[in-house]
Amino acid sequence: MWLAAPDALAGDLTVVSWGGAYTKSQVEAYHKPWMARTGHRILSEDYNGGVSEIKSQVLAGNVTWDVIDLDSAEGLLACDEGLLEEIDSSILPPAPDGTPAEQDFFEGGIGSCMIGTVVGAMVFAYDQSRLSPGPTTIRDFFDLEKFPGRRGLRRSPKINLEMALAADGVPLDQVYAVLATAEGVDRAFARLDGIKDQVVWWEAGAQPPQLLADGEVVMSTAYNGRIFNAYALEGRSLAIVWDAQILDFGNWAIVKGAPNLELALDFIRFASMPENMAAQVSWISYAPARRSALEMVGTYHANPELDMISHLPTSPDNMKTAIWQDTEFWADHLDELNERFNAWLVGE
Amino acid sequence: MVRRLRALGLTMPLLAFLFAAFIIPVLVFLWQGVHDDTYARYMSHSTPVLETWGGVSEPTEAMYAALQKDLVQARKDKTIGKVATRVNRELPGGRSLFTSTARRAARLEAPYKEALIDLKPAWGRLETWQALRVAAARYTPAYLATSVDLKYSGDGSIRRQDEKRRIHLTLFWRTIEISALVTIFCLLLGYPVAYLLSNLPQRSTNLLLILVLLPFWTSILVRTTAWIAILQGNGVLNDLFVAFGVIGDDSRFSMVYNRTGTLVAMTHILLPFMILPLYAVMRTVPKAYVQAAHSLGANGWVAFWRVYLPQTLPGIGAGVVLVFILATGYYITPALVGGQDGQMISNLIDFHMRRSLNWPLAAAMGFVLLVLVMFLYWLYDRVSGIDRMRLG
Repeated sequence: MWLAAPDALAGDLTVVSWGGAYTKSQVEAYHKPWMARTGHRILSEDYNGGVSEIKSQVLAGNVTWDVIDLDSAEGLLACDEGLLEEIDSSILPPAPDGTPAEQDFFEGGIGSCMIGTVVGAMVFAYDQSRLSPGPTTIRDFFDLEKFPGRRGLRRSPKINLEMALAADGVPLDQVYAVLATAEGVDRAFARLDGIKDQVVWWEAGAQPPQLLADGEVVMSTAYNGRIFNAYALEGRSLAIVWDAQILDFGNWAIVKGAPNLELALDFIRFASMPENMAAQVSWISYAPARRSALEMVGTYHANPELDMISHLPTSPDNMKTAIWQDTEFWADHLDELNERFNAWLVGE
Repeated sequence: MVRRLRALGLTMPLLAFLFAAFIIPVLVFLWQGVHDDTYARYMSHSTPVLETWGGVSEPTEAMYAALQKDLVQARKDKTIGKVATRVNRELPGGRSLFTSTARRAARLEAPYKEALIDLKPAWGRLETWQALRVAAARYTPAYLATSVDLKYSGDGSIRRQDEKRRIHLTLFWRTIEISALVTIFCLLLGYPVAYLLSNLPQRSTNLLLILVLLPFWTSILVRTTAWIAILQGNGVLNDLFVAFGVIGDDSRFSMVYNRTGTLVAMTHILLPFMILPLYAVMRTVPKAYVQAAHSLGANGWVAFWRVYLPQTLPGIGAGVVLVFILATGYYITPALVGGQDGQMISNLIDFHMRRSLNWPLAAAMGFVLLVLVMFLYWLYDRVSGIDRMRLG
């Protein structure tokens, strides 16, 4: 479309990501050094998630995006639909000690169209100035007697059903097996019923820190990086509870028919070097997708006293109570459970 | 004749533009709601077999053999993902059934019926095959059925959707309800403002018009967020109420993240669309008529109701239609301030457009919404006469 002529010149790589502090961390850790090394320019674009834009570009035969940062569920969907290039994982550099990339990435971090870049978590958080002593387990989140007050939850069946089952006593490693049964789904909704009339439903990732700061809710699920920003950068008294945190990868992918395929591959290879991944963590509290990078993690850019490791979802302590999001499960059941969830929302 | 042709010639560029940039794309998109050949295109052996199979009898070995052949081929062509996604819409869990079977399909040996059932017991179930039969049809009522809470099965029957998954009709009804309420509020609030605007000296009118238009030039997101700051529990309005002792600190009103929030924010955002056509029409109403009514003995109310109001009906008509139709398509505002009972059908359409990539279902829902709005428009025309509508 000549109407939307991008100002990209030949040899300019377009990298699309989520914007804000997250894109900033990628610019500092990946874009700037890659540009200095290769002499090519990177055009950084923001988007709000979703795969409709890629689908439109591919269907129209007018692909302007090269590299895109996708969450695992949407990456899988786009890969299924043939909207992404396949990526040969042999381009990935090994760990410094020679461990091949396949073993160095966390399991599920390398897909046929996606290469994991960070591990982020959906956690729940509260305001320490309002709740003291604060909640410590996922049970507390669902316990209105012990902790009265409104709760913030994302308006989506994802995350909520898993956390509801965890609070109902399902062992963390069996959550998806239980959720795959009709009784399991009923059980999760029954648990959510218990707090339904106290829930404020949020939609955008920026909302939970705001809801907590305004005192609209006493606890809310949130992306761990957003809460970290609120306490480490803005000095708010928010705290994260890591119990039943749900982990997912942020992934690099290449749009099918990307104008700069070779450059895109080179960029992803560069961004997948453990030392570069570790550099990103100085800017945001999402963990690197490979284990060897975790050992090189340093301090926060705005506060050299602050060691990042304990603020990451994959730190040894926090990992003890983690659930890895099951992307295949959600690919199978999202439509069905989304209808059920919406029907449940409007019901009495 | 020549003049008419010339007139037509002058409008041709606009018509051509509308046709190419609006009507054709909309039709093409809606077409997806009934036509989906994903399965038929990539599964060439099993499609004809499924078509001849009635959807009732026990699946035959020939069907299993055709499926095995297709799965091997689809995996080789890397089209298995598309097919699996299509099947999943008819059969939750069908995606992983397809992809995991396809991974091992090449190693299976005849008889395929036994081999497939052995691999995944789901292949022995009649519902699995009925779902495939629905997916294999190039022209399908399945999406339209889903969008009105019906389920189209492989044996050709249409039943109501499982009770726990019925959501669409509720949301269509709620969309109409919220849109109607927003329209009424806009009319009640906008009419006096438009009247004031049309009766002030030109200089003050311009200033006030800017105040009406100012929100117009502000991003919807900003306006919606501003309403959250005003209406929320610890927001400006509740703080004022508490400060003046209207309510206690622990009994603050919940005015946002529910239907109230949706109505307030949408009314504010759509208000200019009511005020502007009203103002345009009111400016043309001669003041002398109302004065004449007064001099003939009508009191203020009668003069307004019998003389002034009827002359502004064209503006009311335009404003009502404009606000109502715009309101039915809103989704950002309900998403942010709607909470659990402020959701509209457009939120679900948005979900299927952006998140689940189920464009055919989005198209089907869009079609139902379009028909619904056109029906209401027709009804409105019958009741009030669209030819009386005027934008100025």
